[in-house]
Amino acid sequence: MTGAATSAVVAVERLTRRFGALVALDAVTFDVRPAELFGIVGPDGAGKTTLLRILAGVVRPTSGDARVRGVSVARAPEAVKPHIAYMSQRFGLYDDLTVRENIDFYADLYRVPRAERPARIERLHRFSGLGPFADRLAGKLSGGMKQKLSLSCALVHQPEVLLLDEPTFGVDPISRRDLWLILHEMVAAGVTVVVSTSYLDEAERCDRVALLDHGRVLALDTPAALQARLPGEMRALRTDDPRRAAATLADAPGVLAATLYGDAVHVLLARDAAPAAVRAALAAAGVAVIDDAPIEPSLEDVFIHLVGRPEARRV
Amino acid sequence: MRDRRELRDSLLRVRELLRKEWRQIFRDPKTKRIIFASPILQLLLFGYAVNTDVRNAALFVVDQDRTRESRELVDAFTAGGYFRLVGRSDRPADLAAALDRGRAVVALQIPRGFARSLAAGRGAAVQVLVDGTSSNTATVAQGYANRIVQHFGLDYADAHGQAIRGGVDLRVRAWFNPALESRVYNVPGVVAVILMLMALLLTALAVVRERELGTLEQLMVSPLSPGELILGKTIPVAAIALVDLALVVLVAVLWFHIPLRGSPLLLLVASAVYILSALGLGLLVSTVSSTQQEAFMGMFLLFLPMIILSGFMYPITSMPWIFQKLTLLNPVRHFLEVVRGIFLRGAGVAELWPQIAALALTASVVLTVATRAFRKSLG
Repeated sequence: MTGAATSAVVAVERLTRRFGALVALDAVTFDVRPAELFGIVGPDGAGKTTLLRILAGVVRPTSGDARVRGVSVARAPEAVKPHIAYMSQRFGLYDDLTVRENIDFYADLYRVPRAERPARIERLHRFSGLGPFADRLAGKLSGGMKQKLSLSCALVHQPEVLLLDEPTFGVDPISRRDLWLILHEMVAAGVTVVVSTSYLDEAERCDRVALLDHGRVLALDTPAALQARLPGEMRALRTDDPRRAAATLADAPGVLAATLYGDAVHVLLARDAAPAAVRAALAAAGVAVIDDAPIEPSLEDVFIHLVGRPEARRV
Repeated sequence: MRDRRELRDSLLRVRELLRKEWRQIFRDPKTKRIIFASPILQLLLFGYAVNTDVRNAALFVVDQDRTRESRELVDAFTAGGYFRLVGRSDRPADLAAALDRGRAVVALQIPRGFARSLAAGRGAAVQVLVDGTSSNTATVAQGYANRIVQHFGLDYADAHGQAIRGGVDLRVRAWFNPALESRVYNVPGVVAVILMLMALLLTALAVVRERELGTLEQLMVSPLSPGELILGKTIPVAAIALVDLALVVLVAVLWFHIPLRGSPLLLLVASAVYILSALGLGLLVSTVSSTQQEAFMGMFLLFLPMIILSGFMYPITSMPWIFQKLTLLNPVRHFLEVVRGIFLRGAGVAELWPQIAALALTASVVLTVATRAFRKSLG
């Protein structure tokens, strides 16, 4: 065991979970360091939810184990629960209870000492902006506010590890940005955050990212390092016929990948290939190039390259 | 020491969940209506509307004799309040027509020579036709008609100094319910139906609502254990069921004047055991339902056969053998016997222990299976 592993807050080792014939997680291994913002990225059905539910102690692994703060989720799932918070994609709120009553209920359940509550709730209100709505029924809140209330409920017992399953799913862009600001504050305050998302632009905000597909970790690194892994140069081509261009380039020499990206085509060129050869291939196919410029590869490009199939673009 | 602290924490978590449940129950006017109004409504329904007694059955008379004796027989029919004269005629064809058109449920035909035969001591025959399409009314009306005619014959013989042929005179007296009023029989039965309905429905809905909202998942990642969750969800329902019990018993005794002859304490104890089995069944329904609609459906799939196979409305003794055996698994059946026994016969533990033991057995089996299934359904 390495030094990093022993100081890990979450240590996942060869974690496997099968549902009948389906392998939801296949020997997943990774460590999350203290106060790290750790992203799990992958398309729907990659195994993100199963992974987080195992870490939360509500699903048992088929084999392998994960230790959260040194406690095995396979052997002592109940002992894990007081120290974590898990927020599922659809965090349930009691619509017929007020904002205050919802938060109070979770504070009660986790036996948060009465004396500490006002300060904690005050702090939660400061980032959520829910203070003025304390007496409003949760059912009468907007989607974004519900999300913040959910997070407040999850955080009221001051968990050391926060597990979030696609927290920004179906949330408006402003609330999404707010949520990420909150997560960064949490990490700054020493909380370890594991967050799953299918939005790759969000993954770029994480300290480190595990790319998950079909229950397997394809890559794990900082977003920058993952981007640097791309073998070659990424260029964005704007043409008069993007579809034809993408089809032509997919078979062109020196092109590692060509994917449609809105009305542009992102082309991954091998290091030794000449951009001029690409334009020549397009000219031969009767496609006129309007614009051609090198671009910084995004995590999405990396992911598509690793997964090697165009459907993954929709993640 | 550590165990004791864990127990204390556990109980405190249950208390917090209970506090939340109460808050939700008393905040929702719909829930309040279900809890308090529906038992009363059902009682009124079964106390007034569901009446299997026959009163004022429509009677059509064809009197071809037209004598003092024939008129006296008709008077005997209408005097008791069981029959109400809707028409008379002297043509036999009208008899069938009155039944066909539904004008009358019972038709009485007194043939020519009725009085003469009586006077001669030969005995006389009259014809009674009943509309068999409503079989319950027909059977009951037929019984009344029989008795009236029999009494009429005996009284006539007595008054005219004739010898009574046949030595046996059957006099039936109903014990515990002398007037054989169906209300006295039905209203205590409603206690059984209401407790089952309430406990079953409220438990199933309470759990499934949390599943639908997504809060169940949230509770499962909290330190709240499945056992604590079950307690927190079932205790309020049990309390509501007991309140309903008190409500229904009070209305039955004070409003409907149903006698409560046995021990109220025994009724309370038996009800508590019965409620436990209902809670278990509710929990069981909740484990197989992911939405409140599904829970409703599942509830009725269970509830209706249990009521039909309980003896609440249809007597168990007239069921086919296999169904009679099935009713032994049904807590409603046993509790009905207990409730009716305590209310009407003043029965005590000495008479009712087999039923109470059966209730305890079903309750423990159902609860064990339900809690196990419930834990499993949480993943």
